[in-house]
Amino acid sequence: MRQTAINAIYELAKRDPRVVFVGSDLGPGVLAAMREEMPERFFMEGVSEQHVIGMAAGLAMEGYVPYINTIATFLTRRCYEQIAIDVCLHDLPVRLLASGGGAVYAPLGPTHMALDDLALMRALPNMTAVAVVDAPEMARVMDASLHWPHPLYVRIAKGGDPIVSAANSGAFQIGRAIEMRSPGTVAMISTGVMTSRAFAAADLLQSEGVCAGVLHVHTVKPLDEAAILSFIGDAQLVVSLEEHSAIGGLGSAICDCLMQRGVKGRVLRIALPDAFVHVYGSQDDVFDHFRMQPPQIAQRVQEALLDLTGVQARG
Amino acid sequence: MIDERSRYLRHLTFDALEGGRRGHVGSTLSLIEILRVLYDDILRVRPEEPEWPLRDRLILSKGHGCLALYAILADKGFFPMSELRRQCTRNALLGGHPERHVAGIEASTGALGHGLAIGVGLALAQRMQRRESRVFVVTGDGELDEGAVWEAALSAAKHGLENLTVIVDYNKLQSYGLVSDVVPLEPLAAKWEAFGFAVREVDGHDVVALRDALKAIPFAHSKPSVVIAHTIKGRGVPYAEQNAGWHHKAKISPEDVQRLREAMDAT
Repeated sequence: MRQTAINAIYELAKRDPRVVFVGSDLGPGVLAAMREEMPERFFMEGVSEQHVIGMAAGLAMEGYVPYINTIATFLTRRCYEQIAIDVCLHDLPVRLLASGGGAVYAPLGPTHMALDDLALMRALPNMTAVAVVDAPEMARVMDASLHWPHPLYVRIAKGGDPIVSAANSGAFQIGRAIEMRSPGTVAMISTGVMTSRAFAAADLLQSEGVCAGVLHVHTVKPLDEAAILSFIGDAQLVVSLEEHSAIGGLGSAICDCLMQRGVKGRVLRIALPDAFVHVYGSQDDVFDHFRMQPPQIAQRVQEALLDLTGVQARG
Repeated sequence: MIDERSRYLRHLTFDALEGGRRGHVGSTLSLIEILRVLYDDILRVRPEEPEWPLRDRLILSKGHGCLALYAILADKGFFPMSELRRQCTRNALLGGHPERHVAGIEASTGALGHGLAIGVGLALAQRMQRRESRVFVVTGDGELDEGAVWEAALSAAKHGLENLTVIVDYNKLQSYGLVSDVVPLEPLAAKWEAFGFAVREVDGHDVVALRDALKAIPFAHSKPSVVIAHTIKGRGVPYAEQNAGWHHKAKISPEDVQRLREAMDAT
Protein backbone atom coordinates (compact mmCIF):
# COMPACT_ATOMS: atom_id res chain seq x y z
CA MET A 1 0.00 0.00 0.00
CA ARG A 2 2.85 2.38 0.82
CA GLN A 3 4.57 1.49 -2.41
CA THR A 4 1.34 2.22 -4.26
CA ALA A 5 1.12 5.63 -2.60
CA ILE A 6 4.76 6.46 -3.23
CA ASN A 7 4.62 5.34 -6.85
CA ALA A 8 1.48 7.39 -7.32
CA ILE A 9 3.34 10.54 -6.26
CA TYR A 10 5.83 9.97 -9.08
CA GLU A 11 3.04 9.32 -11.57
CA LEU A 12 1.13 12.41 -10.45
CA ALA A 13 4.33 14.46 -10.65
CA LYS A 14 4.81 13.35 -14.24
CA ARG A 15 1.25 14.45 -15.04
CA ASP A 16 1.19 17.71 -13.12
CA PRO A 17 4.09 20.13 -12.61
CA ARG A 18 2.54 21.38 -9.35
CA VAL A 19 3.27 18.09 -7.57
CA VAL A 20 6.29 18.05 -5.26
CA PHE A 21 7.47 15.41 -2.80
CA VAL A 22 8.74 16.20 0.69
CA GLY A 23 10.11 13.43 2.89
CA SER A 24 11.76 13.61 6.28
CA ASP A 25 14.41 10.90 6.55
CA LEU A 26 12.97 7.93 4.69
CA GLY A 27 14.60 4.70 3.62
CA PRO A 28 17.35 4.82 1.01
CA GLY A 29 16.23 4.94 -2.60
CA VAL A 30 12.70 6.20 -1.99
CA LEU A 31 11.40 7.73 -5.23
CA ALA A 32 14.84 7.45 -6.78
CA ALA A 33 13.42 7.80 -10.29
CA MET A 34 11.57 10.98 -9.38
CA ARG A 35 14.67 12.39 -7.76
CA GLU A 36 16.64 11.59 -10.87
CA GLU A 37 14.12 12.96 -13.34
CA MET A 38 12.84 15.99 -11.46
CA PRO A 39 15.32 16.85 -8.71
CA GLU A 40 13.77 20.30 -8.22
CA ARG A 41 10.56 18.69 -7.01
CA PHE A 42 12.07 16.08 -4.72
CA PHE A 43 12.96 17.13 -1.16
CA MET A 44 14.39 15.01 1.64
CA GLU A 45 14.48 17.40 4.56
CA GLY A 46 15.75 15.32 7.44
CA VAL A 47 14.30 14.56 10.85
CA SER A 48 12.51 17.88 11.15
CA GLU A 49 8.77 17.37 10.90
CA GLN A 50 7.87 20.89 12.07
CA HIS A 51 10.02 22.36 9.33
CA VAL A 52 8.76 19.88 6.75
CA ILE A 53 5.16 20.94 7.30
CA GLY A 54 5.97 24.66 7.30
CA MET A 55 8.05 24.39 4.17
CA ALA A 56 5.32 22.41 2.42
CA ALA A 57 2.82 25.10 3.42
CA GLY A 58 5.08 27.73 1.87
CA LEU A 59 5.29 25.72 -1.36
CA ALA A 60 1.52 25.26 -1.38
CA MET A 61 1.00 29.01 -0.92
CA GLU A 62 2.84 29.40 -4.22
CA GLY A 63 0.61 26.95 -6.06
CA TYR A 64 2.43 23.66 -5.54
CA VAL A 65 0.75 20.48 -4.28
CA PRO A 66 3.17 18.97 -1.77
CA TYR A 67 2.95 15.28 -0.88
CA ILE A 68 4.64 14.59 2.44
CA ASN A 69 5.50 11.13 3.65
CA THR A 70 6.81 9.98 6.98
CA ILE A 71 5.78 7.80 9.90
CA ALA A 72 2.23 8.53 11.06
CA THR A 73 2.97 9.34 14.70
CA PHE A 74 5.72 11.80 13.81
CA LEU A 75 3.61 13.32 11.04
CA THR A 76 0.74 14.06 13.41
CA ARG A 77 1.97 14.58 16.95
CA ARG A 78 5.35 16.21 16.43
CA CYS A 79 4.14 18.93 14.09
CA TYR A 80 0.53 19.31 15.14
CA GLU A 81 0.72 23.08 15.49
CA GLN A 82 2.30 23.42 12.05
CA ILE A 83 -0.48 21.29 10.55
CA ALA A 84 -3.10 23.36 12.36
CA ILE A 85 -1.69 26.81 11.63
CA ASP A 86 0.52 26.60 8.55
CA VAL A 87 -1.64 24.14 6.63
CA CYS A 88 -5.21 24.12 7.94
CA LEU A 89 -5.61 27.78 8.87
CA HIS A 90 -4.46 28.67 5.37
CA ASP A 91 -6.55 25.80 3.93
CA LEU A 92 -3.71 24.66 1.70
CA PRO A 93 -3.65 21.52 -0.50
CA VAL A 94 -0.88 19.78 1.43
CA ARG A 95 -1.07 15.96 1.44
CA LEU A 96 0.07 14.05 4.51
CA LEU A 97 0.79 10.43 3.69
CA ALA A 98 1.18 8.70 7.03
CA SER A 99 3.09 5.45 7.03
CA GLY A 100 2.21 2.83 9.59
CA GLY A 101 -1.10 4.21 10.73
CA GLY A 102 -2.78 2.30 13.55
CA ALA A 103 -1.03 -0.72 15.03
CA VAL A 104 1.30 -1.43 12.10
CA TYR A 105 4.35 -0.65 14.19
CA ALA A 106 3.16 -2.75 17.13
CA PRO A 107 6.57 -4.43 17.59
CA LEU A 108 8.20 -1.00 17.94
CA GLY A 109 5.98 0.06 20.81
CA PRO A 110 3.88 3.09 21.74
CA THR A 111 6.25 5.73 20.31
CA HIS A 112 5.55 4.38 16.83
CA MET A 113 1.89 3.41 17.02
CA ALA A 114 -0.55 5.90 15.55
CA LEU A 115 -3.72 5.14 17.44
CA ASP A 116 -4.83 8.75 17.80
CA ASP A 117 -4.03 10.12 14.34
CA LEU A 118 -7.58 10.20 13.06
CA ALA A 119 -8.80 11.94 16.20
CA LEU A 120 -6.05 14.55 15.92
CA MET A 121 -6.79 15.18 12.25
CA ARG A 122 -10.57 15.22 12.73
CA ALA A 123 -10.22 18.01 15.26
CA LEU A 124 -8.66 20.37 12.73
CA PRO A 125 -10.88 22.66 10.63
CA ASN A 126 -10.43 22.24 6.85
CA MET A 127 -8.71 18.87 7.24
CA THR A 128 -9.89 15.76 5.40
CA ALA A 129 -8.92 12.42 6.95
CA VAL A 130 -8.86 9.17 5.01
CA ALA A 131 -7.98 5.58 5.95
CA VAL A 132 -8.09 3.24 2.98
CA VAL A 133 -8.63 -0.50 3.11
CA ASP A 134 -6.19 -1.83 0.52
CA ALA A 135 -3.69 -0.94 -2.19
CA PRO A 136 -6.19 -0.55 -5.06
CA GLU A 137 -8.17 1.91 -2.96
CA MET A 138 -4.93 3.75 -2.14
CA ALA A 139 -4.38 4.17 -5.87
CA ARG A 140 -7.87 5.60 -6.18
CA VAL A 141 -7.47 8.04 -3.31
CA MET A 142 -4.12 9.19 -4.65
CA ASP A 143 -5.70 9.86 -8.00
CA ALA A 144 -8.52 11.81 -6.36
CA SER A 145 -6.05 13.71 -4.17
CA LEU A 146 -4.54 15.72 -7.01
CA HIS A 147 -7.41 18.16 -7.28
CA TRP A 148 -8.75 17.96 -3.71
CA PRO A 149 -8.72 21.62 -2.68
CA HIS A 150 -8.05 21.15 1.05
CA PRO A 151 -5.47 19.63 3.39
CA LEU A 152 -5.62 15.86 3.19
CA TYR A 153 -4.40 13.19 5.61
CA VAL A 154 -4.14 9.66 4.25
CA ARG A 155 -3.31 6.81 6.57
CA ILE A 156 -1.15 4.14 4.99
CA ALA A 157 -1.57 0.60 6.29
CA LYS A 158 0.97 -2.18 6.62
CA GLY A 159 1.08 -3.40 3.05
CA GLY A 160 -0.01 -6.73 1.62
CA ASP A 161 -3.42 -6.07 3.14
CA PRO A 162 -6.30 -8.25 1.89
CA ILE A 163 -7.88 -6.71 -1.18
CA VAL A 164 -11.56 -6.20 -0.62
CA SER A 165 -12.23 -2.86 -2.31
CA ALA A 166 -12.45 -4.48 -5.75
CA ALA A 167 -15.80 -5.80 -4.62
CA ASN A 168 -17.32 -2.36 -4.96
CA SER A 169 -18.14 -0.71 -8.21
CA GLY A 170 -18.57 2.92 -9.07
CA ALA A 171 -16.24 5.88 -8.97
CA PHE A 172 -14.27 6.51 -5.82
CA GLN A 173 -14.90 9.87 -4.23
CA ILE A 174 -13.23 11.37 -1.20
CA GLY A 175 -15.95 11.83 1.40
CA ARG A 176 -18.30 9.22 -0.04
CA ALA A 177 -18.73 5.98 1.93
CA ILE A 178 -19.00 2.67 0.09
CA GLU A 179 -21.61 0.06 0.93
CA MET A 180 -19.84 -3.26 0.56
CA ARG A 181 -22.53 -5.51 1.88
CA SER A 182 -26.20 -4.70 2.42
CA PRO A 183 -27.23 -4.26 6.02
CA GLY A 184 -29.50 -6.59 7.89
CA THR A 185 -29.87 -7.09 11.61
CA VAL A 186 -26.39 -5.72 12.08
CA ALA A 187 -24.89 -2.63 10.42
CA MET A 188 -21.10 -2.70 10.55
CA ILE A 189 -19.41 0.60 9.76
CA SER A 190 -15.66 0.49 9.45
CA THR A 191 -12.63 2.37 8.23
CA GLY A 192 -9.13 1.46 7.08
CA VAL A 193 -8.06 -2.15 7.07
CA MET A 194 -10.70 -3.01 9.67
CA THR A 195 -13.11 -3.15 6.75
CA SER A 196 -11.52 -6.41 5.63
CA ARG A 197 -11.98 -7.76 9.18
CA ALA A 198 -15.57 -6.53 9.19
CA PHE A 199 -16.11 -8.33 5.92
CA ALA A 200 -14.74 -11.60 7.29
CA ALA A 201 -16.75 -11.20 10.49
CA ALA A 202 -19.91 -10.63 8.41
CA ASP A 203 -19.22 -13.94 6.62
CA LEU A 204 -18.93 -15.72 9.96
CA LEU A 205 -22.11 -14.11 11.23
CA GLN A 206 -23.89 -15.08 8.03
CA SER A 207 -22.92 -18.70 8.63
CA GLU A 208 -24.44 -18.34 12.08
CA GLY A 209 -27.65 -16.96 10.63
CA VAL A 210 -27.06 -13.30 11.40
CA CYS A 211 -27.26 -10.90 8.50
CA ALA A 212 -24.59 -8.18 8.87
CA GLY A 213 -23.87 -5.44 6.36
CA VAL A 214 -20.62 -3.54 5.88
CA LEU A 215 -20.25 0.16 5.10
CA HIS A 216 -16.70 1.21 4.35
CA VAL A 217 -16.08 4.76 5.51
CA HIS A 218 -12.66 5.49 4.04
CA THR A 219 -13.15 9.19 4.71
CA VAL A 220 -13.54 9.73 8.42
CA LYS A 221 -13.80 13.48 7.92
CA PRO A 222 -15.90 14.84 6.36
CA LEU A 223 -18.21 12.06 7.48
CA ASP A 224 -20.71 10.78 4.92
CA GLU A 225 -23.64 11.13 7.32
CA ALA A 226 -26.28 10.55 4.67
CA ALA A 227 -24.76 7.21 3.71
CA ILE A 228 -24.45 6.16 7.35
CA LEU A 229 -28.04 7.04 8.22
CA SER A 230 -29.37 5.33 5.13
CA PHE A 231 -27.18 2.26 5.71
CA ILE A 232 -28.28 1.81 9.30
CA GLY A 233 -31.93 1.67 8.31
CA ASP A 234 -33.71 -0.76 10.61
CA ALA A 235 -30.63 -2.57 11.87
CA GLN A 236 -30.87 -3.67 15.50
CA LEU A 237 -27.21 -3.14 16.20
CA VAL A 238 -24.69 -0.67 14.83
CA VAL A 239 -21.05 -1.74 15.04
CA SER A 240 -18.17 0.68 14.51
CA LEU A 241 -14.78 -0.81 13.67
CA GLU A 242 -11.49 1.05 13.60
CA GLU A 243 -7.81 0.47 14.22
CA HIS A 244 -7.73 3.48 16.50
CA SER A 245 -8.34 4.56 20.06
CA ALA A 246 -12.00 4.60 21.00
CA ILE A 247 -11.59 8.33 21.55
CA GLY A 248 -12.17 10.64 18.65
CA GLY A 249 -12.07 8.33 15.65
CA LEU A 250 -14.76 6.81 13.45
CA GLY A 251 -16.79 5.40 16.33
CA SER A 252 -16.93 8.78 18.03
CA ALA A 253 -17.93 10.43 14.77
CA ILE A 254 -20.71 7.88 14.22
CA CYS A 255 -22.03 8.31 17.76
CA ASP A 256 -22.01 12.10 17.34
CA CYS A 257 -23.94 11.75 14.11
CA LEU A 258 -26.52 9.31 15.48
CA MET A 259 -27.12 11.27 18.67
CA GLN A 260 -27.47 14.48 16.72
CA ARG A 261 -30.00 12.91 14.36
CA GLY A 262 -31.98 11.35 17.20
CA VAL A 263 -31.25 7.77 16.12
CA LYS A 264 -31.81 5.47 19.07
CA GLY A 265 -30.02 2.21 19.63
CA ARG A 266 -26.77 0.70 20.71
CA VAL A 267 -23.41 1.14 19.06
CA LEU A 268 -20.91 -1.63 19.67
CA ARG A 269 -17.47 -0.03 19.51
CA ILE A 270 -14.70 -2.22 18.13
CA ALA A 271 -11.63 -0.08 18.77
CA LEU A 272 -8.46 0.04 20.78
CA PRO A 273 -8.65 1.15 24.40
CA ASP A 274 -7.67 4.55 25.74
CA ALA A 275 -4.19 3.29 26.59
CA PHE A 276 -0.63 3.12 25.37
CA VAL A 277 -0.24 -0.34 23.90
CA HIS A 278 2.73 -2.48 24.91
CA VAL A 279 1.65 -5.75 23.33
CA TYR A 280 4.49 -5.77 20.75
CA GLY A 281 4.32 -8.83 18.45
CA SER A 282 2.47 -7.85 15.29
CA GLN A 283 -0.51 -5.79 14.17
CA ASP A 284 -2.54 -9.03 14.13
CA ASP A 285 -1.36 -9.82 17.65
CA VAL A 286 -2.68 -6.44 18.80
CA PHE A 287 -6.00 -7.08 17.08
CA ASP A 288 -6.15 -10.49 18.72
CA HIS A 289 -5.24 -9.08 22.13
CA PHE A 290 -8.07 -6.56 21.98
CA ARG A 291 -10.60 -8.97 20.42
CA MET A 292 -10.62 -7.30 17.03
CA GLN A 293 -10.03 -10.31 14.74
CA PRO A 294 -12.98 -11.57 12.66
CA PRO A 295 -14.02 -14.51 14.90
CA GLN A 296 -13.75 -12.27 17.96
CA ILE A 297 -15.73 -9.51 16.27
CA ALA A 298 -18.44 -12.02 15.31
CA GLN A 299 -18.52 -13.24 18.88
CA ARG A 300 -18.78 -9.72 20.30
CA VAL A 301 -21.60 -8.95 17.90
CA GLN A 302 -23.44 -12.08 18.99
CA GLU A 303 -22.91 -11.12 22.65
CA ALA A 304 -24.24 -7.63 21.97
CA LEU A 305 -27.27 -9.01 20.15
CA LEU A 306 -27.94 -11.34 23.04
CA ASP A 307 -27.62 -8.44 25.43
CA LEU A 308 -30.06 -6.42 23.35
CA THR A 309 -32.54 -9.27 23.32
CA GLY A 310 -32.18 -9.51 27.06
CA VAL A 311 -32.79 -5.80 27.42
CA GLN A 312 -35.83 -6.05 25.20
CA ALA A 313 -37.13 -9.08 27.13
CA ARG A 314 -36.58 -7.30 30.44
CA GLY A 315 -38.13 -4.14 28.99
CA MET B 1 16.34 60.50 17.52
CA ILE B 2 13.05 59.42 16.01
CA ASP B 3 12.33 61.24 12.78
CA GLU B 4 8.98 62.45 11.60
CA ARG B 5 8.05 59.41 9.54
CA SER B 6 8.86 56.94 12.30
CA ARG B 7 6.93 59.12 14.73
CA TYR B 8 3.96 59.13 12.34
CA LEU B 9 4.01 55.33 12.02
CA ARG B 10 4.12 55.01 15.80
CA HIS B 11 1.07 57.26 16.02
CA LEU B 12 -0.71 54.90 13.61
CA THR B 13 0.03 51.98 15.92
CA PHE B 14 -1.38 54.07 18.77
CA ASP B 15 -4.54 54.63 16.71
CA ALA B 16 -4.90 50.85 16.47
CA LEU B 17 -4.21 50.47 20.20
CA GLU B 18 -6.83 53.05 20.97
CA GLY B 19 -9.40 51.23 18.86
CA GLY B 20 -8.65 47.72 20.02
CA ARG B 21 -7.71 48.72 23.59
CA ARG B 22 -5.05 46.05 23.59
CA GLY B 23 -1.88 45.05 21.86
CA HIS B 24 1.76 44.06 22.08
CA VAL B 25 3.06 47.57 22.57
CA GLY B 26 6.73 46.96 23.25
CA SER B 27 7.08 44.31 20.54
CA THR B 28 5.47 46.69 18.04
CA LEU B 29 7.58 49.73 18.82
CA SER B 30 10.88 47.88 18.39
CA LEU B 31 9.84 46.89 14.85
CA ILE B 32 8.82 50.24 13.37
CA GLU B 33 12.06 51.16 11.62
CA ILE B 34 12.67 47.61 10.37
CA LEU B 35 9.30 47.45 8.62
CA ARG B 36 9.47 51.08 7.52
CA VAL B 37 12.76 50.57 5.70
CA LEU B 38 11.57 47.30 4.19
CA TYR B 39 8.38 48.81 2.77
CA ASP B 40 9.79 52.22 1.89
CA ASP B 41 13.06 51.15 0.31
CA ILE B 42 13.47 47.42 -0.17
CA LEU B 43 10.34 45.40 -0.89
CA ARG B 44 8.96 45.22 -4.41
CA VAL B 45 5.25 45.13 -3.69
CA ARG B 46 2.12 46.60 -5.27
CA PRO B 47 -0.55 47.69 -2.79
CA GLU B 48 -3.05 47.88 -5.64
CA GLU B 49 -2.19 44.30 -6.66
CA PRO B 50 -1.30 42.47 -3.44
CA GLU B 51 -1.06 39.07 -5.16
CA TRP B 52 1.29 40.33 -7.89
CA PRO B 53 3.28 37.14 -8.63
CA LEU B 54 6.62 38.91 -8.94
CA ARG B 55 6.35 40.65 -5.57
CA ASP B 56 8.79 40.16 -2.73
CA ARG B 57 7.28 38.19 0.15
CA LEU B 58 7.45 39.27 3.79
CA ILE B 59 6.38 37.11 6.70
CA LEU B 60 6.10 38.70 10.11
CA SER B 61 6.98 35.57 12.04
CA LYS B 62 6.73 37.48 15.32
CA GLY B 63 3.06 37.97 14.59
CA HIS B 64 2.44 39.70 17.90
CA GLY B 65 4.23 42.75 16.50
CA CYS B 66 1.43 43.12 13.97
CA LEU B 67 0.44 46.68 14.86
CA ALA B 68 3.66 47.85 13.25
CA LEU B 69 2.83 45.83 10.13
CA TYR B 70 -0.75 47.10 10.06
CA ALA B 71 0.53 50.69 10.32
CA ILE B 72 2.87 50.45 7.36
CA LEU B 73 0.41 48.43 5.25
CA ALA B 74 -2.32 51.01 5.88
CA ASP B 75 0.14 53.79 5.11
CA LYS B 76 0.97 52.10 1.80
CA GLY B 77 -2.71 51.69 0.95
CA PHE B 78 -3.12 47.92 1.21
CA PHE B 79 -6.31 48.56 3.17
CA PRO B 80 -8.16 51.67 4.39
CA MET B 81 -6.56 53.60 7.22
CA SER B 82 -9.91 53.44 9.06
CA GLU B 83 -9.36 49.71 9.67
CA LEU B 84 -6.60 50.50 12.16
CA ARG B 85 -8.98 51.87 14.77
CA ARG B 86 -11.18 48.77 14.44
CA GLN B 87 -8.42 46.24 15.14
CA CYS B 88 -9.42 43.48 17.55
CA THR B 89 -13.03 44.65 17.64
CA ARG B 90 -15.90 42.41 16.64
CA ASN B 91 -15.85 41.45 12.93
CA ALA B 92 -12.88 43.72 12.25
CA LEU B 93 -10.56 43.12 9.30
CA LEU B 94 -7.54 43.17 11.59
CA GLY B 95 -7.09 40.91 14.59
CA GLY B 96 -4.55 40.68 17.35
CA HIS B 97 -2.29 38.65 15.08
CA PRO B 98 -1.85 38.95 11.30
CA GLU B 99 -3.94 36.78 9.02
CA ARG B 100 -3.49 35.96 5.38
CA HIS B 101 -6.92 37.09 4.28
CA VAL B 102 -5.76 40.67 4.80
CA ALA B 103 -4.23 42.27 1.70
CA GLY B 104 -0.46 42.44 2.03
CA ILE B 105 -0.15 39.70 4.64
CA GLU B 106 1.53 36.60 3.28
CA ALA B 107 1.05 34.20 6.18
CA SER B 108 -1.04 33.98 9.30
CA THR B 109 1.30 34.00 12.26
CA GLY B 110 1.05 34.32 16.00
CA ALA B 111 2.32 30.95 17.15
CA LEU B 112 6.05 31.56 17.20
CA GLY B 113 8.69 29.71 15.22
CA HIS B 114 6.61 29.09 12.09
CA GLY B 115 7.68 31.85 9.72
CA LEU B 116 11.11 30.67 8.67
CA ALA B 117 9.98 27.21 7.52
CA ILE B 118 7.18 28.78 5.50
CA GLY B 119 9.73 31.26 4.17
CA VAL B 120 11.95 28.40 3.03
CA GLY B 121 8.99 27.00 1.08
CA LEU B 122 8.27 30.39 -0.46
CA ALA B 123 11.92 30.93 -1.38
CA LEU B 124 12.22 27.47 -2.96
CA ALA B 125 9.08 28.19 -4.96
CA GLN B 126 10.50 31.49 -6.31
CA ARG B 127 13.61 29.64 -7.39
CA MET B 128 11.61 26.85 -9.04
CA GLN B 129 9.56 29.50 -10.86
CA ARG B 130 12.75 31.29 -11.94
CA ARG B 131 11.47 34.47 -10.33
CA GLU B 132 13.56 37.29 -8.94
CA SER B 133 11.21 37.63 -5.95
CA ARG B 134 12.88 37.66 -2.57
CA VAL B 135 11.57 36.40 0.74
CA PHE B 136 11.97 38.21 4.06
CA VAL B 137 11.15 36.71 7.43
CA VAL B 138 11.07 38.96 10.49
CA THR B 139 11.50 37.09 13.76
CA GLY B 140 11.64 38.07 17.36
CA ASP B 141 14.47 37.15 19.68
CA GLY B 142 12.42 35.17 22.20
CA GLU B 143 11.06 33.37 19.15
CA LEU B 144 14.52 31.95 18.52
CA ASP B 145 13.94 29.67 21.52
CA GLU B 146 11.71 27.61 19.22
CA GLY B 147 13.54 24.59 17.82
CA ALA B 148 11.58 24.78 14.57
CA VAL B 149 13.44 27.99 13.68
CA TRP B 150 16.70 26.10 13.65
CA GLU B 151 15.27 23.16 11.71
CA ALA B 152 14.28 25.64 9.03
CA ALA B 153 17.65 27.42 9.23
CA LEU B 154 19.45 24.13 8.50
CA SER B 155 17.25 23.64 5.47
CA ALA B 156 17.66 27.22 4.19
CA ALA B 157 21.41 26.76 4.24
CA LYS B 158 21.25 23.30 2.67
CA HIS B 159 19.28 24.73 -0.23
CA GLY B 160 21.57 27.76 -0.53
CA LEU B 161 18.61 30.12 -0.44
CA GLU B 162 20.25 33.34 -1.46
CA ASN B 163 16.78 34.84 -1.98
CA LEU B 164 15.87 34.41 1.69
CA THR B 165 16.65 36.99 4.37
CA VAL B 166 15.88 36.73 8.06
CA ILE B 167 15.69 39.88 10.13
CA VAL B 168 15.90 39.37 13.87
CA ASP B 169 14.26 42.08 15.95
CA TYR B 170 16.78 41.67 18.74
CA ASN B 171 15.25 43.81 21.47
CA LYS B 172 16.76 41.65 24.25
CA LEU B 173 13.50 41.34 26.13
CA GLN B 174 10.93 38.58 25.96
CA SER B 175 7.65 38.18 27.78
CA TYR B 176 9.06 37.13 31.14
CA GLY B 177 12.12 39.31 31.14
CA LEU B 178 15.60 39.59 29.71
CA VAL B 179 16.47 37.19 26.92
CA SER B 180 19.84 36.79 28.57
CA ASP B 181 18.08 35.48 31.69
CA VAL B 182 15.33 33.38 30.12
CA VAL B 183 17.36 31.62 27.43
CA PRO B 184 20.61 33.34 26.47
CA LEU B 185 21.08 33.53 22.70
CA GLU B 186 24.64 34.80 22.58
CA PRO B 187 26.76 34.45 20.60
CA LEU B 188 23.83 35.01 18.25
CA ALA B 189 25.71 36.07 15.13
CA ALA B 190 28.03 33.09 15.48
CA LYS B 191 25.04 30.79 15.81
CA TRP B 192 23.56 31.97 12.52
CA GLU B 193 26.95 31.76 10.87
CA ALA B 194 27.34 28.22 12.14
CA PHE B 195 23.94 27.42 10.66
CA GLY B 196 25.17 28.55 7.25
CA PHE B 197 23.86 32.12 7.07
CA ALA B 198 25.72 35.26 6.05
CA VAL B 199 25.27 37.69 8.93
CA ARG B 200 25.22 41.44 9.44
CA GLU B 201 24.42 43.33 12.61
CA VAL B 202 22.88 46.79 12.60
CA ASP B 203 21.21 49.31 14.85
CA GLY B 204 17.59 48.42 14.18
CA HIS B 205 16.43 51.98 14.75
CA ASP B 206 18.98 53.58 12.44
CA VAL B 207 17.08 53.96 9.19
CA VAL B 208 20.19 54.61 7.12
CA ALA B 209 22.08 51.65 8.55
CA LEU B 210 19.11 49.35 8.05
CA ARG B 211 18.69 50.55 4.47
CA ASP B 212 22.36 50.06 3.69
CA ALA B 213 22.34 46.56 5.14
CA LEU B 214 19.18 45.47 3.40
CA LYS B 215 20.28 46.92 0.07
CA ALA B 216 23.39 44.77 0.31
CA ILE B 217 21.58 41.43 0.40
CA PRO B 218 22.43 38.74 -0.40
CA PHE B 219 25.49 39.10 1.76
CA ALA B 220 27.13 36.01 0.27
CA HIS B 221 26.73 33.85 -2.78
CA SER B 222 24.51 30.78 -2.31
CA LYS B 223 23.79 31.55 1.32
CA PRO B 224 20.70 32.87 3.06
CA SER B 225 21.24 36.20 4.82
CA VAL B 226 20.39 37.33 8.31
CA VAL B 227 20.26 40.86 9.64
CA ILE B 228 20.48 41.01 13.40
CA ALA B 229 18.77 44.28 14.17
CA HIS B 230 19.65 45.53 17.64
CA THR B 231 16.54 47.28 18.90
CA ILE B 232 14.92 48.61 22.01
CA LYS B 233 11.64 47.13 23.09
CA GLY B 234 9.06 49.89 23.45
CA ARG B 235 11.31 52.28 21.51
CA GLY B 236 10.01 55.85 21.50
CA VAL B 237 8.11 55.85 24.78
CA PRO B 238 10.68 56.24 27.56
CA TYR B 239 8.64 54.62 30.32
CA ALA B 240 7.85 51.60 28.10
CA GLU B 241 11.39 51.12 26.84
CA GLN B 242 13.01 47.85 27.94
CA ASN B 243 10.11 47.37 30.31
CA ALA B 244 8.76 43.80 30.25
CA GLY B 245 5.48 45.11 31.59
CA TRP B 246 4.83 46.65 28.18
CA HIS B 247 5.27 43.42 26.19
CA HIS B 248 1.50 43.15 25.99
CA LYS B 249 -1.17 45.40 27.43
CA ALA B 250 -4.89 44.79 27.67
CA LYS B 251 -7.62 47.18 28.78
CA ILE B 252 -5.72 50.15 27.48
CA SER B 253 -7.76 53.31 27.97
CA PRO B 254 -7.85 56.29 25.63
CA GLU B 255 -6.01 58.17 28.38
CA ASP B 256 -3.27 55.53 28.41
CA VAL B 257 -2.87 55.95 24.67
CA GLN B 258 -2.78 59.71 25.04
CA ARG B 259 0.05 59.32 27.56
CA LEU B 260 1.94 57.14 25.09
CA ARG B 261 1.55 59.78 22.39
CA GLU B 262 2.63 62.61 24.68
CA ALA B 263 5.58 60.70 26.05
CA MET B 264 6.81 59.97 22.56
CA ASP B 265 6.28 63.49 21.31
CA ALA B 266 8.19 64.83 24.31
CA THR B 267 11.32 62.93 23.26
